[in-house]
Amino acid sequence: MLTFECPCCGAHADETELHAGGEAHIKRFGPGASDDDFEGYLFTRENPKGVHFERWRHVNGCGKWFHAARCTMTMEVFGTYPAQTFQPPKDLLDKITEKRPGWSWRDLS
Amino acid sequence: MSIRLATGGRLIDRNSTVKFTFNGKSMTGADGDTLASALLANDQMLVGRSFKYHRPRGIVASGAEEPNALVNLGQGAHHEPNQRATTTELFPNLIATSQNHWPSLEYDIGALNGFFARYLTAGFYYKTFMQPRAFWKHVYEPFIRQSAGLGKAPDPETRDPDIYEHFYAFVDVLVVGGGVAGLQAARAAGESGAKVLVLEQTAFWGGRAPVDGGEIDGLSPDDWIKKTVQALEAMPNVTLRTRNMGAGVYDHGYVLGYERLTDHLANTRGPRHRLWRIRARQVIAATGAIERPISFAGNDVPGVMLASAARDYLINFGIAVGRKTVVVTNNDDAYRTAIALKKAGQDVPVVIDAREFGGGALMQEAKALGIRVETGRAIAKVKGGKRVTGVALCAMAGGGAMVEEIACDAVAMSGGWSPVVHLWSHCGGKLTWDDEQSFFRPDSSKAPTGADGQAFVVCAGAADGHMHLRYVLQDADLKGKGVAVSLGCDRPQTTLPTAPDSVETPLMPVWLMPANAWDDLRMKAWLDFQNDVKVSDVQLAAREGYESVEHTKRYTTLGMATDQGKLSNINGLATLAASLGEDIPNVGTTTFRPPYTPISMGAIAGEARGEIFQPLRKTPLHDWHEANGAHWEPVGHWRRPYCFLRDGEDVEQAVHREVLATRNSLGLLDASTLGKIIVKGPDAGRFLDMLYTNMMSTLKPGKCRYGLMCSENGFLSDDGVVARIDEDTFLCHTTTGGADRIHAHMEEWLQTEWWDWQVYTANVTEQYAQVAVVGPNARKLLEKLGGMDVGKETLPFMGWVDGTLAGFPVRVYRISFSGELSYEIAVPAHLGRAFWDKVLEAGAEWDATPYGTEALHIMRAEKGFIMIGDETDGTIIPQDLGLHWAISKKKDDYLGKRAQARSHMTDPERWQLVGLETLDGSVLPDGAYAVAPGNNANGQRNTQGRVTSTYHSPTLGKGIAMGLVRHGPDRMDEVITFIGDDGETEHKARIVNPVFFDPEGEKQNV
Ligand SMILES: [Zn+2]
Repeated sequence: MLTFECPCCGAHADETELHAGGEAHIKRFGPGASDDDFEGYLFTRENPKGVHFERWRHVNGCGKWFHAARCTMTMEVFGTYPAQTFQPPKDLLDKITEKRPGWSWRDLS
Repeated sequence: MSIRLATGGRLIDRNSTVKFTFNGKSMTGADGDTLASALLANDQMLVGRSFKYHRPRGIVASGAEEPNALVNLGQGAHHEPNQRATTTELFPNLIATSQNHWPSLEYDIGALNGFFARYLTAGFYYKTFMQPRAFWKHVYEPFIRQSAGLGKAPDPETRDPDIYEHFYAFVDVLVVGGGVAGLQAARAAGESGAKVLVLEQTAFWGGRAPVDGGEIDGLSPDDWIKKTVQALEAMPNVTLRTRNMGAGVYDHGYVLGYERLTDHLANTRGPRHRLWRIRARQVIAATGAIERPISFAGNDVPGVMLASAARDYLINFGIAVGRKTVVVTNNDDAYRTAIALKKAGQDVPVVIDAREFGGGALMQEAKALGIRVETGRAIAKVKGGKRVTGVALCAMAGGGAMVEEIACDAVAMSGGWSPVVHLWSHCGGKLTWDDEQSFFRPDSSKAPTGADGQAFVVCAGAADGHMHLRYVLQDADLKGKGVAVSLGCDRPQTTLPTAPDSVETPLMPVWLMPANAWDDLRMKAWLDFQNDVKVSDVQLAAREGYESVEHTKRYTTLGMATDQGKLSNINGLATLAASLGEDIPNVGTTTFRPPYTPISMGAIAGEARGEIFQPLRKTPLHDWHEANGAHWEPVGHWRRPYCFLRDGEDVEQAVHREVLATRNSLGLLDASTLGKIIVKGPDAGRFLDMLYTNMMSTLKPGKCRYGLMCSENGFLSDDGVVARIDEDTFLCHTTTGGADRIHAHMEEWLQTEWWDWQVYTANVTEQYAQVAVVGPNARKLLEKLGGMDVGKETLPFMGWVDGTLAGFPVRVYRISFSGELSYEIAVPAHLGRAFWDKVLEAGAEWDATPYGTEALHIMRAEKGFIMIGDETDGTIIPQDLGLHWAISKKKDDYLGKRAQARSHMTDPERWQLVGLETLDGSVLPDGAYAVAPGNNANGQRNTQGRVTSTYHSPTLGKGIAMGLVRHGPDRMDEVITFIGDDGETEHKARIVNPVFFDPEGEKQNV
C-alpha cells in the first residue's frame, strides 16, 4: 500500500486517504479538436515500466489534487508536487535523471 | 505406533490433562499440546485423506508448513474448515473432524480414485473436461465442485459469532520471527533506541533452537532465550507479541500481522483475531527455515514424517512418533533426530544416508550410540497403507532393487532445509541459488525497496541461509545493528553471543530416491501432499512441453494448495529442472504471495460487519419515518422510505395510496438527501457553463433551471435543478447518490484544469432538511403556515424565494418532479423535524400524505421525466433521451460536447427514448429487450430496444413504461415485442409519447 506526502497539507498519507487519478499532465482537447487529438486525450495513456507521472487526490484529508512521480517497477516515489502546473518542477526532473539516467516519459526526459 | 513417553516434553504440563474429540472419539492430551501432538499421543496416525486420490495421510510436520493434518474445527456457527492441527493449540473440549473422506476416515469411497491414478495425471482437468459441451452442466461441474475445495464450507445461514478487530502500529523496526535470530536482532536494534515490534507466530519464544540443542554464551538455548526475552521486555521501546504471524509484506513498509488472541482458549471474551496493520521503516525477517521431504515411493504413508518434526514431537511434547523409527537423510542434521530418539530409549533400526560416505561428527555420535548407519543407500519404497510397517532398502544409485526389508512403524526423512524467504519475496526481493547448501536464499543486492528507493527488508539467521547456531546469531546481530544504523541511530553496543563452532558434512542434493527410480516408484513418490502431485506428474508435464515453472505449477497444481507448497516447491522445481536437463536456478522459482499462511476472513473484515459495515446516513426526518411505517430502501449510504405502510397495507397498496393522495390533494416528500452544492465566485457562471450542457450563466438570481451533467466521454452523469442565489452564487442540486461524486467532479476540474478560475465549492447537502410539498393543495398549505407570499406571481414556476413559514426560516423552490403544483422547502437541518411536524399538522385538513421513493418514481414516470440510473447506465447521452432542449447550442464548449460529436454518438441508429404501453394494460418486465427479426452472429435473437423504467400507474390505472428503441420517436403507435425474464414469454407494447400524464403541464402551472 503506497504512501505519498501531500504537497498541499504536508501529511504523509497512505492509500486509505488517497484516491488515484490516473496519468498526469494530460492536455484537454475540446470542441473543434481533430478525432486523433480527441482520441489521444480521452483514451491514450502511458503504461511505462519505470518512471511515471500520476495524479492523486488527498481525498480523505485536505481534498487537494496533486501530482506524483513514481517508478512503477520499484514503487519508489521521486517526489510529489501540486497539480496546478503543466509540467513537473525542474529539481524533480533532475532528481529522476540522477536516479534513472536515460529515462523518458512522453516528451519529458 | 506413536506414544507419549513417560518423561520429556518441554512445552507440556503432564499434570494438566485436556479432553478433546477427534471424529467423535474422546481423547486426552496435555496442557501445552498442539492438536497434532495430542493426536500423536493417542496414536492417531491417520488424520485425513488426500484431496485427489483420497489416500490416507498422517502428520508430516510440526508447524505452519503442515500439508496433511487439516481438520474441521468446532461446530455450528463456530465451524471452521482447513485448520492445521500442527498450529492449533489444544484447549478443553476441542472438537475436530477430518476432511476429504466419505463415509469415514477409515473406509473411504473416494480412495477408489487411487486405482484410477494412471488416468488422473497432470493436466487431468484440462484434458478430460473438454467435450462434449453439454456434459458441463450435469456431469463435469457437479464432479469438479464435489472434488474441488478442501474441507467443508461453513453453513451460509450461520453468522460468525466471534468478533475481530484491526490494529494499527507504526514502528522503526519490525522483527518477524521470535527464534534466537529474531530475538538477537531485536535486541541489537532495540539497544539503539529504535522503536521495535517483534512478532512470533507460535505461543513461545526461541523457535527450534532448544530442540536442536547446542550452547549460547555457555547457557542452554532455553536459558539464553529466557534471559534475552527478559532483557527485551525491560526495554520500553520494544514490544513483543506471540501468536502473531507476519502474514505479508507490501509496498512502502506496510506489513500485516495476524494475531490469534483466543483460538487456544475454550471460553473466551473479546476479539478472536486481530489484524495488525503495520508501517515499518525496516523489516527484519527472521523466519527460519523449513525442512524438505525426500521423494521416494510411499513418502506419504502415515508415519512418514520430517526428521525435524519427529524431533520436535519428542523434545517439545514427549512423544515418540514410532517405536521403531527409520531415519532417511541426505545431510547431517537428521542424525540429531536419530540420536534424540535413541537417547529417549526408542529403537532406531537404521539411518539411511544417501551420501556415499555418510556424514561427519553427528554420524559418528550416532554410530557410537549403536545406531546402524547405511550410507549410499536409499528407501525404494515404504511398506504399509494406513500406517508404516517397514521400508525396502536399496542402493541410492539405481532403479530401486530391494536389498533388504526393514520393519519399522515410522520414517523420519530429511532432504535438507530451505530458508523461509516468503516475506522477503512478497514485495519484490529476489533470490539466489546456493549451490553448496542446495537452496534459494535472499539475494541481498536485490532487496525489496521502499518509497525512498532504499531496501526495507533484510533476512536474518536461517532465513538468510545461515544454518548453524553460531552463524545464525552472528548474522542476526549484524542485521539488527545494520538496520539501526540505516535508520540513523547510533551503532548499538550489544555483544555478540557466542556458540561453539560445528562442522557438518555438506548435504548431497536428492530430488528423487533412488536416483533412477523405476516408473512405478515415481508414481508413488509425492511432491505436493496436499494437492496430490507426484514426481511422475511433473515429469509428464515436462515431456508435454511445459518449460516455465509458473505454467507447470498451474498444469500440475503443484504448490497451489493452501500450504502454497511450503514443502513441495523446491523438490518440484528440482524435478522439473532435471526433466528439462536444466540447472535449478535457470528454471527459476514461483512467486511467493501473501499471506504466509491463510488468515481468517473475519480478521480481514475486522470491525466492518453488520450495522457498521458502512456508515448509515440519516436525514433529519429519519426517526419520524422509522416510527411511521417506513419501508426502507437503501440509496447510496442513505436510507429512504420506499413507502409508508399503514395498518394492513402491503407495499403495493401503500404506493398506490400515496400517489393518488398526492395527485388529488397533498403529498409530502423528504427530499433532504438530494445533493446541495454551493458554487460561488466571480467565475461560478463560467464554470457551471462548462459542467452543465445547458447555459447556466444566463440564469437570473431568484430563478431555477434544470440541468444535465455529462462526463468528458459525453455520457449523462447526473441531473438536477440549479438555483442562482446571487450574481456570484449558485446552488446545484444533484441526485441523492450523486452529491459526493459530483462535488469531487467539480473539484477535480477546478483544481486540475481551470485552477486560475475564481470559484469555490461547498457540499452543504446535510446542512438542510428539504421537504417537498406536492399536490393541488400545496399552495393552500403554505398559505396556512403563513409568513411569506407564495402566490403565482411572486413565486412562479422555476422560481425560488427566501422567507419564513410558520416562523421557520425557509428557502422555497417552486420546482416539480411530479407534474403537480409543488414547492421544495429547505430549512436548516436542526429545524427539519419541527418543520415537518408543523407541516403534517397543518396539512391534516387536506390529508397531507407522506410518500416514499416509489411514489416519487411513478409520478416522475407518468410525466416522462428521466431518472439517472434508470434511463441512464453510463452509455447514454442526453440526445438519446430526447433532451436536446437542455443542451445549449450557443456554448462553444462544455464537458462532453466534443465526445457527443463523435461518429458513434451521432449515429441515427442509437436507441432513443420513447414511452411504452402494453396492449392489455399490464406492466412490462423491467429491463426486458425488444426483439427484432433475425439472429446475430452468436445465434441470439436480434434486439431493437429495452425497457428502462416500468410501473403500474395508479393515476392512469394501467402499466406505463419508458424504454430505448431504435428509431423510436419515428415509430409512434407501432407495436413491438418484448421478451420476459424466462426468455420466452412475449409482451406486446405500443410505442407512445413518454409523457403519459398532463402533457401540457397544466397542473403545475397554477
Ligand atoms: Zn493533503
